[in-house]
Amino acid sequence: MTRLLLTREALLAAALVLVTIAVATRFPGFVAPDNLARVFNDTSPLIILALGQAIVILTRCIDLSVAANLALTGMVVAMLNTAYPDLPIVVTLAVATGLGAVMGAFNGILVWKLSIPPIVVTLGTMTIYRGIVFLISDGAWVNAHEMSARFTGFPRAEILGLPVLSWIAILCVAVLAIVMARTPLGRSVFAVGGNPHAAVYAGIDVGRTQFLAFVISGALAGLTGYLWVARYAVAYVDIAGGFELEVVAACVIGGISIAGGIGSVTGALLGALFLGVVKNALPVVGISPFWQLAISGAAILIAVALNSRAGRARGRIILRREDTP
Amino acid sequence: MTDATARHVPDRLSGRTVRILASWEALLLAVAIAIFVVNTFASPYFLNAWNLSDATFNFTEKAMIAFAMALLIISGEIDLSVAAIIALASTAMGYALQFDVGTVGLVFIGLAVGLACGGFNAVFVTVLGLPSIVVTIGTMSLFRGLSYIILGDGAFNGYPPSFSWFGQGYVFWVITVELVIFAALAVIYGLLLHATTFGRAVYAVGNNPTAALFSGIRVARVKFTLFLLTGLMSGVAAICLTSRLGSTRPSIASGMELEIVTMVVLGGVNILGGSGSIPGVVIAAFVMGLVTFGLGLLNVPGIVMSIFIGGLLIGVIALPRLWAMARGR
Amino acid sequence: MTRTPIVALDGITKTFPGVTALDQVTLELFPGEVTALVGENGAGKSTTVKVLTGIYRPDGGTIRIDGAPVTFRGVNDATDAGITAIHQETALFDELSVAENIFLGHAPRTRFGLIDTAATTREARRLLAEVGANIDPATRLRDLGIASRHLVAIARALSIDARVVIMDEPTAALSQKEIVELYDLVETLKAAGKAILFISHKFDEIFHVADNYVVFRDGAFVGAGRIDDVDEDALVTMMVGRAIEGVFPSRVSAPGDTVLELADYAHPTEFDGIAFTLRLGEILGFYGLVGAGRSALMQAIFGLNRPSRGTLRVDGVERRIDTPSQAVAAGIVYVPEDRGRQGAVIGLPIYHNVTLPSLARVSNAGFLKMAQEFALAREYTARLDLRAASLDQDVGTLSGGNQQKVVIAKWLATKPRVIILDEPTKGVDIGSKAAVHAFMAELAAEALAVVMVSSEIPEIVGMSDRVIVMREGRMVAELAGADITPERLVRHAAGIEERAA
Repeated sequence: MTRLLLTREALLAAALVLVTIAVATRFPGFVAPDNLARVFNDTSPLIILALGQAIVILTRCIDLSVAANLALTGMVVAMLNTAYPDLPIVVTLAVATGLGAVMGAFNGILVWKLSIPPIVVTLGTMTIYRGIVFLISDGAWVNAHEMSARFTGFPRAEILGLPVLSWIAILCVAVLAIVMARTPLGRSVFAVGGNPHAAVYAGIDVGRTQFLAFVISGALAGLTGYLWVARYAVAYVDIAGGFELEVVAACVIGGISIAGGIGSVTGALLGALFLGVVKNALPVVGISPFWQLAISGAAILIAVALNSRAGRARGRIILRREDTP
Repeated sequence: MTDATARHVPDRLSGRTVRILASWEALLLAVAIAIFVVNTFASPYFLNAWNLSDATFNFTEKAMIAFAMALLIISGEIDLSVAAIIALASTAMGYALQFDVGTVGLVFIGLAVGLACGGFNAVFVTVLGLPSIVVTIGTMSLFRGLSYIILGDGAFNGYPPSFSWFGQGYVFWVITVELVIFAALAVIYGLLLHATTFGRAVYAVGNNPTAALFSGIRVARVKFTLFLLTGLMSGVAAICLTSRLGSTRPSIASGMELEIVTMVVLGGVNILGGSGSIPGVVIAAFVMGLVTFGLGLLNVPGIVMSIFIGGLLIGVIALPRLWAMARGR
Repeated sequence: MTRTPIVALDGITKTFPGVTALDQVTLELFPGEVTALVGENGAGKSTTVKVLTGIYRPDGGTIRIDGAPVTFRGVNDATDAGITAIHQETALFDELSVAENIFLGHAPRTRFGLIDTAATTREARRLLAEVGANIDPATRLRDLGIASRHLVAIARALSIDARVVIMDEPTAALSQKEIVELYDLVETLKAAGKAILFISHKFDEIFHVADNYVVFRDGAFVGAGRIDDVDEDALVTMMVGRAIEGVFPSRVSAPGDTVLELADYAHPTEFDGIAFTLRLGEILGFYGLVGAGRSALMQAIFGLNRPSRGTLRVDGVERRIDTPSQAVAAGIVYVPEDRGRQGAVIGLPIYHNVTLPSLARVSNAGFLKMAQEFALAREYTARLDLRAASLDQDVGTLSGGNQQKVVIAKWLATKPRVIILDEPTKGVDIGSKAAVHAFMAELAAEALAVVMVSSEIPEIVGMSDRVIVMREGRMVAELAGADITPERLVRHAAGIEERAA
């Protein structure tokens, strides 16, 4: 079993290390600890969203509404903060995560109870949620000076050299790793994605598992909504526009199979880090940021082609050699 | 084995009229008419020939791609890179301007780039056997990324005057060139899907690729052709759109792929493949155009309009199921 | 003295649109005893398993546990009642470890509600030892072979402390040694007081392992009793419902020219050393156990698989067949075993299905001619006596037998010379079975060459002029005429030595 784990995730980790080293040979400053920390911090929102998306994809679904979810929760908490600047951060976090979860639950209910294909549901909610951002804000921006110091300061506060934003990402990775490996829900996710028929035979409710996957994805998107607007100190309709594709890209590069059932938390983390490192390396190496989109596109294609070869199931071997007893 | 009186199985049970009336397309047509009527009362500017003519631009370019996309989705695949192909084709045409390429050359380039991108997708999906949803998410970034590399922050302008005929020309009175192209393509794709052996093969592949293969259908070849078609139609739409705007930016047609998929699904095509029709897509194009135009006349911002479109997309699929659930239980 | 069965099916009925899968069947399973459920394909065995395990809810009748009536709302209720099954198709998860597979849904938990991995691994190790499996609980299931997977499935059965263990065709694709180990396992389970339902169509296994028998036929209960009180012939008669002779159309075999010749046909993993000739007007049967490689061979002939070497001649001319369309052009057609997934395009109307390989003939320059299409469909569906409401009805709404007729009609419309039928009457009701057999005889009489792959002894014996037996990818026997006996077929297929008469 460890052999297989070494193939997918380790190869990706190796690729990641290689890219980092390649950049470092030209610009040693790239691997300086505080730069690596900066890159990690920069990539934290992508990491958190990729974790949620990975769980959804594992159950054979997809969630294209995560960026719109992020934008809406971000705007809501920003406006809330403008109205109640002294709101405790805990409350803000709870509202953001809770609202995100509700939006995820809406997706989940349509998939579970009405059997509407996830791509259709989330294509629809993507535009609906983003439209609602406009409705509640009337197109206005919430700017930095309208946000309380506590609001914007929380993700930037440093603990042991890392900003809180990074710590939240690390916490999410840890919590979700435990959930996926050690809870019945986590194992059900793999079962549902790997073999939905057999999952029914094993007494697992496929629809309910998918519903919960959407709730988790939505909650994480909501959480990231607050972190995003607080960190960039601005909230408006178009934030994180198109980000959902980067999130799916991170999962695909991380070895999460779109067919469901195959993938890991580690993979999602590595996939997100890969994109993050590339994005941060480009300006350092002198490649214009305009190359970023094409590079991540190429990375997706290469990743999906490689992962598909590795995962091809061995065919039935009927022909027995004479020596097999 | 056979009875003394030969068993006669009739060709069809219900007559043609019944089948047409009880269909999705009929329902959608009713919705379209309803929206038309509402719009007439909502704004005095609606029933103006020139305004209506302008309004057709809301859907013509998208519908051109939607026809090809419908066939692709019926076959069980999808292409999310179509808007990015528009960007790349448009960028290529703009790039060619500096070589004093004339309108004919530009059209050729637009179509060729579209076809090439479609072929690129086709290879990854049919030859390498990869799922089309992730392949086209990848090529979506790749194609648009290439446009950004070529064009950066800028724009290409200075298209030759004759080039503007496609997107800004009129064939007769208020009938635009784009509307004519749209109508011609509707007929071509309608015939292709509903009256030819190729169209029959598309349905078979979408319903059961294994059984289709076992029946001698060349599944890979059918899908390859369909990707080429979506690429080609993206090229056609790129020509029309670039011609209409008169310029090229790498962000051109941003988000259009989702509107196209919405148009196809709204038109009654099953996103999972196997069923759907071109008339349905045509009516859906009109519905989306009417909604967009009508709301625009009421000064509703574009982004709020998309709430309607998103709701419409989910609603048209959810409502029949809710109805069935209410009746069944 | 009456013993109380642990579980009993009392007058259970289960219907699906257009077909009655189970018709008031009864079944009793007693602790410490093995009951064999016997029946042809389509007799209702799989449906019975699904009713017992809570996957299907019966439409009529009662399920009793220890004599008291119960209702299973779902799989979990059946599991809680102590019923578990080892299904034919893998109901396990490739990406999970052995331990996780064993304990999915009922893993021991720690204080905080998390799965206790240490306890899970420990318990898994213990259960695996109990079933005699030398497997590391941390192994990912996809790395195991089929015999090991069965053992994991049995370990799972033990993990829920099952009182009833259902084994559905457990020895398909097991080697002789593994089958013997399975017998030992069954003894262990019996000694532990569990009731075992053993489903198999291999008589030697049934007589070896079972204490009781139950026979179903076409979804109905036919008979039950102690295995010591019956013999093979009695069971077969109950299964088939009639004497074997006289069920099949009488034919005069008049083989004509050789139409197909295979020499040294081989595939890297599926079959090797295949060589035979086929003549017009004859019916060549292919017998073997599940997994013998017959379908793979036929699909290679039809262009769906790529052989690694070998020559194929049609009418003496060597041909390369790389795609189904090339096979059809050569006059070879294939009616697949899996009707729903490979044969009929469900979702399309009947007439679309019938004309699918013949589209070129019913069109003009690519444009379909409706009148010609319907004419073709009418002609061939009438020939097969298709029972349907109309030709534009969705083929998925037809019964199994009628779907099969559509598939055969589709291929007949291409005017083939060789028609390969893979398990043609599997899951087909008796009336349609007879129709298909009569039709095959007609085809042979019209000088087509018919190849029939079948796992049903009566069918093979009753229909074939010659029979080729395959085992583990190789041809092990070719029988003709009076040499075709059930005993010989079974022995060759299973690799059992000829016993002294």
